[in-house]
Amino acid sequence: MITDLLEASPYSVASADKKRLLLRGLQELTVYHQQNCLAYHQLFNEPVEPFTDISAVPFLTVPLFKQRPLKSIPVEQVFKVLTSSGTTGTVPSRIYLDADTAKLQSRVLVKIMQEWLGKQRLPMLIWDSPSVIKSRDSFTARGAGIQGLSFLGRHHTYALNDDMSLNIEAINTFFERFGSGPVFMFGFTFMVWKFGVQALKEQGLKFDFQNAVLIHSGGWKKLEDEAVTAETFNSKTEDQLGHVRVHNFYGMVEQVGSIFVACEEGHLHCPSYADVLVREPGNWQVVPEGNVGVLQVLSLLPKSYPGHSLLTEDRGRILGEDNCNCGRKGKYFEVLGRMEKVEARGCSDTFERTGAGQ
Amino acid sequence: MSEEKIKQAFVKALAIPEEQVKDSLEYNSIKEWDSTAHMILIAELEDVFEVMLDTDDIIDMSSYAKAKEILRKYDIDC
Ligand SMILES: [Zn+2]
Repeated sequence: MITDLLEASPYSVASADKKRLLLRGLQELTVYHQQNCLAYHQLFNEPVEPFTDISAVPFLTVPLFKQRPLKSIPVEQVFKVLTSSGTTGTVPSRIYLDADTAKLQSRVLVKIMQEWLGKQRLPMLIWDSPSVIKSRDSFTARGAGIQGLSFLGRHHTYALNDDMSLNIEAINTFFERFGSGPVFMFGFTFMVWKFGVQALKEQGLKFDFQNAVLIHSGGWKKLEDEAVTAETFNSKTEDQLGHVRVHNFYGMVEQVGSIFVACEEGHLHCPSYADVLVREPGNWQVVPEGNVGVLQVLSLLPKSYPGHSLLTEDRGRILGEDNCNCGRKGKYFEVLGRMEKVEARGCSDTFERTGAGQ
Repeated sequence: MSEEKIKQAFVKALAIPEEQVKDSLEYNSIKEWDSTAHMILIAELEDVFEVMLDTDDIIDMSSYAKAKEILRKYDIDC
């Protein structure tokens, strides 16, 4: 019997076991954050009844992490602060990590990625410029993402120059050396598309990688504006780069390590220690499987800050649980773009007024 | 001997004095051994001992003592 979701292989736990263990973990985290984060306690000061359903776990909205420092550790234990400017670009979210939470995040990230890449560290081509990780102390979300995933690679090679032009010499050298064997490529969706695939096409450059896996993330917003679907993205990538298996993942800086990777069917899969719910804007009730609403993400990782249950600003719907054609267990879902501005504002307002998500 | 080579790899990759390299030295416990330095250290150990460490090894290598334990798995006598 599985007793610890964090030790379980990421896509192996069926719903009955998962629900029991997830509820227990989320319960402990909720109580822990009430006791250790004053701002969280001010929002949720009711004593926690034992949860009988995931939907009962109170949630925070993402803008709260921009508005106030939310952390459940004393200042001297802060090991790293992650920041993201988000879409509005004014005030960044600030996520406070202690050494243990940071360690757990990278451990779990590696466990998930092993499912898609294997345990070997493959030669890694990064579709970004090296300047993105220049500062070692303060990481942007982009830098942190690259840093976290670089654990999985070797011979790290940046495909872009600092001005975002293709570093053709670097790509060439990488291809000559490793192109006939398995390689790992990583980048942010928009960067891969705009400065990678499209730039290659414009310059009439093709590489015939024999066995590549491309992992990308960061959202489709900008690509949707250009009417680029996942199918287009994948096939154009193969046109320019050869045999590439493409996996998108969904995740947020407020829950680093807790990522939802798209399988061969294009479905985003919850790993064993994370879950998603869909809520209807306005009344914020959970909607049935298949209905579109706003995504809420839950994760057992956030211990140093109260981010274990978050209402995102993304729309989506659940497609099923434990029965995807790919054989992986867990809920699977799709993301359908950002929430409308009005809905998003309504949500923060509701939250600020009632001080709770339930 | 191999232990000395491991120690020197730590000194070089983390840019710290030799006295600091002891069994109790832990990943993320000093600013010199952060995730960036960790990757440099892994590459250095791979170079020195001609081994290929996998992703489990990287995650498990949480201290100097643990590094020796992992390298022993690859038949390095230390
Ligand atoms: Zn699937």
